[in-house]
Amino acid sequence: MYKYSDFDEAFVRSRVAQFRAQVARRLDGSLTEDEFKPLRLMNGLYLQLHAYMLRVAIPYGTLSSRQMDRLADIADRWDRGYGHFTTRQNIQYNWPKLPDVPDMLEALADVQMHAIQTSGNTIRNVTADHFAGAAADEIADPRPVAELIRQWSTDHPEFQFLPRKFKIAITGSPNDRAVTRAHDIGLRMVERDGVPGFEVVVGGGLGRTPMIGQVIRDFLPREDLLPYLEAIVSVYNLLGRRDNKYKARIKITVHEHGIEAIREKVEARFAELRGGFDGVDQTWLAEIENAFAAPAFRDADPAPYLDARNADPVFRAWSDTNVAAHRHPGYGIVSISLKAHGATPGDASSAQMRVMADLARRYGHDELRVSHEQNIILPHVALADIPAVHAELRQAGLATANIGLVSDIIACPGMDYCALATARSIPVAQQIAERFAELKTEHEIGPLKIKISGCINACGHHHVGHIGILGLDRAGVENYQITLGGDGTEAAAIGERAGPGFAYDQIVPAIERLIGAYLEHRESPEETFLETYRRLGMAPFKAALYPEDAKKETARAA
Amino acid sequence: MSRKFTPKVVTANDLVEGDVVYLTEAGAWTRRHAAAELIEDEARAADRLALAEAQTGTVVGAYLADARPGPHGPEPVHFREAFRSRGPSNYFHGKQAEAANV
Ligand code: HEM
Ligand code: SF4
Repeated sequence: MYKYSDFDEAFVRSRVAQFRAQVARRLDGSLTEDEFKPLRLMNGLYLQLHAYMLRVAIPYGTLSSRQMDRLADIADRWDRGYGHFTTRQNIQYNWPKLPDVPDMLEALADVQMHAIQTSGNTIRNVTADHFAGAAADEIADPRPVAELIRQWSTDHPEFQFLPRKFKIAITGSPNDRAVTRAHDIGLRMVERDGVPGFEVVVGGGLGRTPMIGQVIRDFLPREDLLPYLEAIVSVYNLLGRRDNKYKARIKITVHEHGIEAIREKVEARFAELRGGFDGVDQTWLAEIENAFAAPAFRDADPAPYLDARNADPVFRAWSDTNVAAHRHPGYGIVSISLKAHGATPGDASSAQMRVMADLARRYGHDELRVSHEQNIILPHVALADIPAVHAELRQAGLATANIGLVSDIIACPGMDYCALATARSIPVAQQIAERFAELKTEHEIGPLKIKISGCINACGHHHVGHIGILGLDRAGVENYQITLGGDGTEAAAIGERAGPGFAYDQIVPAIERLIGAYLEHRESPEETFLETYRRLGMAPFKAALYPEDAKKETARAA
Repeated sequence: MSRKFTPKVVTANDLVEGDVVYLTEAGAWTRRHAAAELIEDEARAADRLALAEAQTGTVVGAYLADARPGPHGPEPVHFREAFRSRGPSNYFHGKQAEAANV
């Protein structure tokens, strides 16, 4: 794993010390809230509905067991014994008290973690494929590049006051698990004539104006990455709109100017900048790559895994959904679901965090990942050890066999925590999961991604959910809009609105009808919800959602 | 156009704990919605808000929220304010869990 250099260490420590002094000055009245707010946001501290919230970065989603243990300790000591893992590969603590936050940051710094640039109009935590370095389908581990980008972007003097927040995601695999097309910049590793490079996508984003990113460069040689990124961000920094917050993201800049004009400007700026990068970044990258060297995989006989699959139907069902192919023979990638039916998506108790850390230590080469789908991954587990891992997960209530299924829902905090929310999202996720657990149909339904946001900002990625749910406030009542056909993969698509929204107590039955229609119309159990939607379009789903309208239509036609 | 004034309470978040607080008639801060002053008059609302906003060393983000009279004191009107007065719905945390509130 990457270890802080002396420079990183000193930088993070000095930021903690600065913030400690700022909090003290806020508490003794020397700073007003207007003065303090930008300072706390620079350190990931928000004020939500019921309390402060501290957002901690988990760069490219990678954690050691020691870091996970520390997250648990922080939850116990200064919060309420749990943490919320988010779609941006962060962890959020929902109940810190202002005077404690510097101590929390200090405790994070001890394990080389921080909350810098988790807020504000800066380049945010760089996200990556959660299977990075492990996936069988990967060209190369994207994390060294993600770390390089983090070092380049952290405290970058030119990019501390961008027109708006800026999010970069990277994947090393043709199967995009990092939703790169919905980021300000998405990077996909590719190879051309044996030369490694990137496809660079720009101008994706969700929020109130969802857009799929467009390719600005179909092949960028690897060594040109930083000057090219710097070119994009500096063009945006000048061109991006500062007059209107809602038009300030780069997606709007690209939309208003057109991708060709942006490309021209970026290429021109790139030509200027390129000479200034004298290759020192490539030396850094080589050093960083050493830190990400693959663990020493052993060659263990997978027989115990196969035997357990044959002997134990519970294990078999779990391994069907929660174990993915690893690039090393005899290994598997274990996804730990933080979506027990009825639980809050993405939440883990401190006890659960410790169990996961311990499993990583004993069976997983000391590595954990946080996925944007709000689950935890043990990326490197010998197949032979997976039955033992499963047994321990079961005891901790962490063995839910639902990765990629109906109940593996992304939900933003919504109005249970978030000050910007227009409706709740967590209880909707809880009720959908409970309902399908009761019906026992989720394995029959198969792969299906439901994503829920509690307002138009789309933190829950609802636009790219196969079924997206958006909670709104309609005349003082919670109301939920459904979108269909969204996709966050390499075939990214924005979902289409199905029609009028549903009241809080009607949304779960509506989802049930929708899925009923899918089961009725699919050609075979192999045809997924998304495929059926793509084949048939909106009509049969609309008919199921709005049976009254459908009845009227039939009456009129008769 | 003058519309009929809807009664209000002054609410904010506590600077130290972040918890939701309400302004009482005595000008102190309470954690209970029902103990807030129900303000029925527009001019008084503006005064009370100004008083709250001046207390930047105690509270953050003061604003006026719609409220209505109830048997035990003012009640929230909008669901957002109802959640703020109780706490989250996924855990028994926040005000709903605090003994002082029962
Ligand atoms: C206090 C809580 C939060 C606040 C105030 C907040 C605020 C926002 C805002 C204002 C936007 C819209 C940005 C724009 O369109 O320009 C946004 C987008 C987004 N946020 Fe959050 N958010 C919060 C929590 C979260 C959480 C918990 C997650 C992860 C689960 C998250 C992930 C995202 C994502 C993925 C987007 C959409 C992608 C994009 O930036 O276009 N946010 N957030
Ligand atoms: S989508 Fe809205 S409600 Fe949900 S976390 Fe983002 S800002 Fe809050």
